[in-house]
Amino acid sequence: MSEKIKEAIEPRRISRIGAKAIIRGIFKHKLSRAGIIIIFLLLIMAIFAPLLAPYDPNVADLYNVLTGPSANHWLGTDNVGRDLFSRIIYGSRITMTVGFFSVFISVFIGSFLGLLAGYRGGVVDMIIMRVVDTFMCIPYLPFVLVLAAALGPGLKNIIVALAILGWTGFCRIMRGQVLMVRELPYIEAARAAGASRFRIMFKHLFPNCLAPIIVAATISLGGFIMLESAMSFFGLGVEPPTPSWGKELRTAYTYLETVPLFSIAPGLLITLAVLAFNFLGDGLRDSLDPRLRGEGEKIK
Amino acid sequence: MLNNSNQNLVEVRDLKMHFPITTGWMFKKTSGYVKAVDGISFQIARGEILGLVGESGCGKTTTGRVLLQLEQPTSGHIFFEGEDITGMKEKPLRALRKKMQMIFQDPYGSLNPRMTAGEIIGEPLQIHGMIDSKSEYKEKVKDLMVTVGLSPAMMERYPHEFSGGQRQRIGVARALSVRPALIVCDEPVSALDVSIQAQIINLLEDLQEKFNIAYLFIAHDLAVVKHISNRIAVMYMGEIVEIATRADLYRNPLHPYTRSLLSAIPVPDPEIEAQREHMILEGEVPSPFNPPSGCKFHPRCPIADSPHCREEKPVLVEMEGGNHWVACHLD
Amino acid sequence: MEPLLEVKNLSTHFFTDDGLIKAVDRISYDIYEGETVGLVGESGCGKSVSALSLLRLVPNPPGKIVDGEIFFEGRDLIKLTEDEMCQVRGNKMAMIFQEPMNTLNPVRTIGWQISEPMEIHRGMSREEGLKKSVQLLTDVKIPEPAARVNAYPHLFSGGMRQRAVIAMGLGCNPRLIIADEPTTALDVTTQAQLLELMKNLTRDYKTALLIITHNLGIVARYADRINVMYAGRIIEKGTAKDIFKNTRHPYTERLMASVPRLDYDTKKKLVPIEGQPPDFLNIPSGCSFHPRCVYAFDRCRVETPELITIFEKHEAACWRNVK
Repeated sequence: MSEKIKEAIEPRRISRIGAKAIIRGIFKHKLSRAGIIIIFLLLIMAIFAPLLAPYDPNVADLYNVLTGPSANHWLGTDNVGRDLFSRIIYGSRITMTVGFFSVFISVFIGSFLGLLAGYRGGVVDMIIMRVVDTFMCIPYLPFVLVLAAALGPGLKNIIVALAILGWTGFCRIMRGQVLMVRELPYIEAARAAGASRFRIMFKHLFPNCLAPIIVAATISLGGFIMLESAMSFFGLGVEPPTPSWGKELRTAYTYLETVPLFSIAPGLLITLAVLAFNFLGDGLRDSLDPRLRGEGEKIK
Repeated sequence: MLNNSNQNLVEVRDLKMHFPITTGWMFKKTSGYVKAVDGISFQIARGEILGLVGESGCGKTTTGRVLLQLEQPTSGHIFFEGEDITGMKEKPLRALRKKMQMIFQDPYGSLNPRMTAGEIIGEPLQIHGMIDSKSEYKEKVKDLMVTVGLSPAMMERYPHEFSGGQRQRIGVARALSVRPALIVCDEPVSALDVSIQAQIINLLEDLQEKFNIAYLFIAHDLAVVKHISNRIAVMYMGEIVEIATRADLYRNPLHPYTRSLLSAIPVPDPEIEAQREHMILEGEVPSPFNPPSGCKFHPRCPIADSPHCREEKPVLVEMEGGNHWVACHLD
Repeated sequence: MEPLLEVKNLSTHFFTDDGLIKAVDRISYDIYEGETVGLVGESGCGKSVSALSLLRLVPNPPGKIVDGEIFFEGRDLIKLTEDEMCQVRGNKMAMIFQEPMNTLNPVRTIGWQISEPMEIHRGMSREEGLKKSVQLLTDVKIPEPAARVNAYPHLFSGGMRQRAVIAMGLGCNPRLIIADEPTTALDVTTQAQLLELMKNLTRDYKTALLIITHNLGIVARYADRINVMYAGRIIEKGTAKDIFKNTRHPYTERLMASVPRLDYDTKKKLVPIEGQPPDFLNIPSGCSFHPRCVYAFDRCRVETPELITIFEKHEAACWRNVK
């Protein structure tokens, strides 16, 4: 009944679809607002690292080892005298790069396979899903670590190691969405208009199945950042001397009692980054979901 | 004789659509069939409106979809402009889609929520490569919007910003864009408000006159179908039980199902209603998994008394006077 | 004779994020014992909300009955406590909704559901309730009632389910049954069967019936008196003959002209009502119908017309009736 009243006023509603509305939705949520701000700051940090860092992060100064915070070195120095503050700032580059690229590749592979599986169905679906099942049986972290160890150090290798198993979740999500959306009348309308299968998949199905993928991707970003830190912690990260938060943690670990700031700084930032992406993901989910549900309202 | 004369735009012969019921999840076994469409034949002439009416489960929607080859029929033939299009391959079929289009029932679900009205309306034009330049595209879309009674300024709006009736107009514009010879209208007004229904019905009538489009007008509301159609086919459990011109069907309904259908619809006039005889059928529509033998209507038929009705399926027979066909043993 | 139900100036408003929605705006009507009254209007006009208001089932938030009185058997229902109201629901006043699948609990047998109100209000035991359920199922013409009483709703077809819902409503012999679009989701022939059934039952049980629908034909066939609603207000009321033969409100008149009719032989052009249904957040000033009315003149745009008596029980809210 109140639905019926709402129906009468639907056409005058302000736009709920499109970038503007999504952004509005995100900012409405207090937590996701915080999330977006943090991410924005981290991005600034990563992009403008050379401008923001007071020192070259790789320059060692063996006379100033493990000093606490001072006027010269805001966060102090590490075990070879490099400025911690600068290393943290440059570390954000690795974090952001790994995060975004591994998610991007995972989403790309996963969405494509999920789209194919969901739309074509039958044998194609079965094959892809069995592959997904197989990949999902492999324990993620151990496999990533083993692969990283096998591939050797390096940024590219980390990204590959993360993406190789990471796409399975997105595949399942996309497939689920496709199964739902392909039953909607407008897909049949496109068929009746003469659209090719390709067109239907990419012009009609894909945009309407994106919402949960976006949410999952955002939250996965946090997950991948954690993983990268874990890998670096285990010594399987970027090559020295490139700074990364995980690597800093690794080194700082031994000096935990003497120079606690050494570990707190990178640890705090990792936590902040992961939280920020989670909050953003939550905000996105809230602002994207009702639209998905509200699409199919009928008058009678 | 697989090629018929070019008089009729559409000819359907003995169309059957049986959906298998499968059991088992890995290796599917067929345990039975749902005979959604069980051997129907009809024609549609150019520019003619054929109404297809019946209650839920009678197979009318399936007929419309099979006609457009959105599903492949189990058996039977469909001729379009004299050519047998049954079992046509995907590629030539897509080219054929230029000539036959569909308008859907659900004004909310039949439009892609991520496309603007202009994009939705112009898509068939794009698919069939009927436009050369972007400005030509815009002009054509604007034209179409005006033709269906929408303001061209709304071209960049999204479907959720339109009302139900307006969305249905978008659907009509989309179907109209490629100037098809046939439009299958699948319950185009059922989901709309009563006062808006009239707007869309008038629009469809106007377009038909202007562009000489043939319609297969599928609906369960006999009053609406009667208003718009030239000829009407009544379906029951996958079969056509009567086809006649609209005047004939109402002045002289011959099949008992048609008569009870007419009797069941109340007329907005209390005095007429007080005098009308109400022919209320007993029971419900039987399950499609287990249809009655012989004439499928016989268990509910008020006049079925001969064993003939129980044993033999009646065929459509032409009545004197012409152009009125009935499938009943007792006529 | 006192009416069984007397609604006076009932107003139900919805307080939403986008603004105030006056779903029901000062409506008044009455129903006498054993009478069948129709409430006609299109979707979104507030008729369903008004029905829910009678049983005080309007979700709160965001809805609330803000004004008016509902006199039922002499008592104002709005002033009752929730407990007292529970005594009325299902007992003295029953409601039948549009979608039978949603009204029936899928995990309880039909017999259990029909028996429930009787157990609550009449203190029957389960066995007594089930016995009466079988009898009720026979009344609503469900075949093999003794077997069906233990069946679950999903085994029934749409028409059968709705019959079961009617049986549920009749159990405690209510004085008034409110049927909100009871047949809209059903086939035409099933609709006819069900409405005939309801007519016979309400006659046999001497129950009053309020039929809420958008279908003018149904009220022409079954209703003694009719109320027409538009944008939350009753804009015309009278006997069926008054409404159909002596229409005094342009909306009613245009509504009838826009509906295709079975009995017209020649091809008459349908005359649709121009414009869009009203936006509750932006109801036009004066007479809410004026933007779509071909007869509108100055007074219509400024002053909201109240119901004016045309003749005896026939009233219409239109300035054209005032000369």
